[in-house]
Order: sequence, then structure tokens, then C-alpha cells
Amino acid sequence: MIHPIPPGTRDILPDEMRELRRLRAAFIDVFERFGYGEVGTPAIEYDEVLARGDGRTAGAAYRFFDESGDLLALRSEMTVPIARLIANRYADVDDPVRLCYVANAFRAVRPQRGQMREFVQAGIELVGAAAPAGTAEVVEVLEAALDAAGLSRAVIGLGDSDLYRQLLAEMGVADAARESILRRLATHNLVGLEAELAAAGIDDGQVSTCVALSQLRGGREVLDEARAVGGDAVERATARIGETFAALEERGVADRVQIDLGLLRDLGYYSGAILEVYDPALGHVLGGGGRYDGLLSRFGIDRPAAGFALYMERVHLAQLEEGAAT
Amino acid sequence: MSLPVAGTGRAKDGGPLKVAVPRGALLDETLGALDAAGIETTAARGDSRSLIFDGGKVTLVTMRPSDVPTYVEAGAADVGITGKDVLLEQSDRVVYELLDLGYGRCRMVLAGRRGDESLGESERRLGMMRIATKYPRVTERHFESTGRGVEVIEVKGSVELAPLIGLADGIVDLVATGRTLDENELEVREEIVECTARFVANRVAHKLRSAEVDELTEKLRGATAR
Repeated sequence: MIHPIPPGTRDILPDEMRELRRLRAAFIDVFERFGYGEVGTPAIEYDEVLARGDGRTAGAAYRFFDESGDLLALRSEMTVPIARLIANRYADVDDPVRLCYVANAFRAVRPQRGQMREFVQAGIELVGAAAPAGTAEVVEVLEAALDAAGLSRAVIGLGDSDLYRQLLAEMGVADAARESILRRLATHNLVGLEAELAAAGIDDGQVSTCVALSQLRGGREVLDEARAVGGDAVERATARIGETFAALEERGVADRVQIDLGLLRDLGYYSGAILEVYDPALGHVLGGGGRYDGLLSRFGIDRPAAGFALYMERVHLAQLEEGAAT
Repeated sequence: MSLPVAGTGRAKDGGPLKVAVPRGALLDETLGALDAAGIETTAARGDSRSLIFDGGKVTLVTMRPSDVPTYVEAGAADVGITGKDVLLEQSDRVVYELLDLGYGRCRMVLAGRRGDESLGESERRLGMMRIATKYPRVTERHFESTGRGVEVIEVKGSVELAPLIGLADGIVDLVATGRTLDENELEVREEIVECTARFVANRVAHKLRSAEVDELTEKLRGATAR
């Protein structure tokens, strides 16, 4: 007789578990070497706390009531729970706080799409270190983690999450029209993007500028190409990316970084630099991260923050494809 | 087991770019556009039962149009061509929509029986219409966005049959010339959206094989510009 498990969940058997355990240990080793201490947080939190961090993840959450009628939710990622932990326990610490985790999280995604409802993320949070040095440290740890996993061909995309918000403000596009345009940008629907920009009353020249901007990706030279577009928003964003890139060069970790002006993350709390991780052996993004300087203030402390998270199962798949699993 | 064309294993880099090509109504014009973009399509034009063809600089992989987003999202194909109707119905699939190719133009419409008022009648009396379609999610979104109730009945084959024998009050389907509707005594009541063929890319391929993807995008833009 077969006893089913819910769609989007799975059992892990010894061979895979052994490899996952080694990967986990390799990640934690790297994180500790850089001074990041491992923490754990409860898998269930008050829904109100998670929504305070990012209301937009609300749609993906599993929720239920406890015995006293309070609304609980399974965490959908670790950044918001750790922001909550830092606000509770490290509010008076002025020096940078460095924490890391390997933890499971849950999203109510549609099954049969190669996406699991329970998955494991490995990542770090660096609180109290501003851009660009803090961002560069995060990228350095990320690269060390990818090396430890044997993914020497992995590439890190570096973009700026404020670029289009500011660019659209400059063009006089606000509110619903702006959100709708940002959504097209985030999903890279260029056909829809052109239509939405035109509908918002942007002239043809600026429409093609905006679309062309979102397609710029490569080395440092794309910053010059972007600057040729002109305007304050582009100037500021390219300056921010340029500073971060220079800080990466100083640490000697800029080689695997691809500057990408089309990058937009779909979580609501990002500000400034954003990161995405790719490996040529896998069609899905391995992980991402960036800066979220405004997130801690939602929990009552005003401190700059940055971090990243890698999807363990995807990293493991990429390892298998690359022949790098140990 | 050896595959007929090199570089068609899992989503590995290296080797030619894999292009998902839709079989069926979009096939001829897609091969025409790829031809004009400098891709070798002779092999794919024959009546071979093969699914994978050498296109010179790229590998052509033929499949049902509705499978294109699946293969491209997973990175099994790097880029692909399919109809906007398919992308709308599978709007939760993460593929980058890079270009409107302009051909394969047709309309997604709500149609009912000619001279028959059961669509309006159902809405008045039951508060909802019964609609048969191959596009359940597009249909639900259309009715939701126009503030009306709908009972969607998903069918796989000839949708026109449903209102004729009483399965549904109307249908939501693609219309190119309108002949099929006409021959089945159906008429267009509402136009939902116009659809054309679109060029899409896998998210990782768009980043890691940017030069090749951009070059093909530009060539296709040139080949399909009017």
C-alpha cells in the first residue's frame, strides 16, 4: 500500500543526503571562515511579522491559526526572519553583525513546474556594513561558496534595483502605470514593456532607450553604454554599480561578475545593488541577493544590510551536471 | 544512446544554441523567419519524423507550440518561438519575451451561436456564462477583469462543438479568418486580445549566452520588420 506525500515535497534518500550534507558543511565552513555565525529561526512565525518585512511574499505563504487564534505562516525565505532576530537581539550592537544559515523554507507554488514547495536555502546576512564595501564582502563570500561547491563556471549578475523606479519617476510615470511597467521589466516581457511605456505617454525615443537599457549586460563597458543614454537616474545607478564594481576589483573578485542593467528582483525589500547567480549547466537561477538597506527600519532599527541565498537543491543539481558533486 | 544531433543533452553550455520551433500553424512562417535570419532550415522542412535538426549555427528542436514555454523555462531549449496565446495561458512560466515577430496574427475571441441569446440569458438568470475553451486561464482572467461570472469548461478538441450541442453557452478561442466560426454558425461577440508569434528566451541563457541571443534577436527583428 502506498501512502502519498503532498505535491511539491519529497523524501531524501541516503546517497543524495550524503552529498547534500557535504555541500552544507562546505558552505558553513566558508561562511564561518568569513566570520559569519550560523543561526536557526523557527519555521513558523507570526504572519504579521513576515508581512512587515515583505507584504508581497504574502501570496506564496502557507498560513494557519494556532490554538489562541493567532495567524501563523511558514517562512518563505530567511532574510525577513533574520531581520526580526537582529531587531530583537542585536539592536544595540554598532559593529557589523554577520550571520549565516542553511534552512528550509516553504512557498505555495503550483506543482508540476520543477519547483518544490519545500526547499533549502543557504545564505548570509551582513548587517551594519554599507555600500559599496559591504556589498563587495557579500559578493566575495558568495564566490567563495560557489568555489567550495565546485561551480567554477558560475556567474554572478550585478544590477541596481533603484534604476527603473528612479528612471520612471524622471519620465513622470507614477503609481499604477509605474508598477505595471516595473512588473514587465521584472519578467523581461519586452513586448509588453514597450506597450505599457507607450500607454503611459512616453515618446518613442525614450521607449526604445528604456528597452535597450534593460538589455545591457556584460563587463564594465556596459556602464559607459548606459551613461550614453543620459539622465540623472541612469547616472546615479551607473555610479553606484561602478563603485561596487571597483570595490570588487579591489578585492580581486570582479572576474565572475556580469554587470546587468536588466536585473530586477521580485522581492519587495531590495534597494541598491542586486545579485543573481547562474551556472551554465542549469536553466534555473541558482540564487540571488543584494542590498536591503530599508528592511531593518521596518523592524525599528535603521541599519544598512545585504546578503544572498542559494537554493541548495539547484546548486546540487548544477554540481551533478558539472561533475562536481563530492 | 547517441542523439541524432550533437549538443542536445541536458541544458549544458557550449555547442550550438537550441531553438524551440513550433510545429503546426506557425511552422512555415517560423522557418521563413529563421531562414531570413541566416539559419539553415532545409533539414527541418522535409517530411522527416525527426524532432531535432541541425540548423548550422543553431540546433532546431520542433515541438507543440504549447510545449515551447516548458522547454525554454527549464533551459532544455535556450530560446524559442510560440504564439502569444500560449504565453498568456501559461503566464506563470518564467520566460523572457524578447520580440513580437508579427506573423501568425489571430484574435482571441468570445463567440456564441448566431442569433442565439443564451450567453446573455445565462448571465441574467444564472449570474454566469458557461464557456468552453482550450484557454481556461485566459478565459477566467477576461471574465474576472470585466466583472462577470464564468463557469469554464476545458476541452481539448474542436471547441466549436460545445455550444452547438449544449455543453456551453459560448466559447473562447483563437480566430484567424473566422471561417471555422462561420461554418459552425457561431459569431464573434467580444474580442479579448490579438495574438502574434513571439520570440522567447530562457532566463539563464539570456544572461550567459547574451551575445548569441542578442544577435539572433536582432536578426529576427530585421527579418520580420515590415
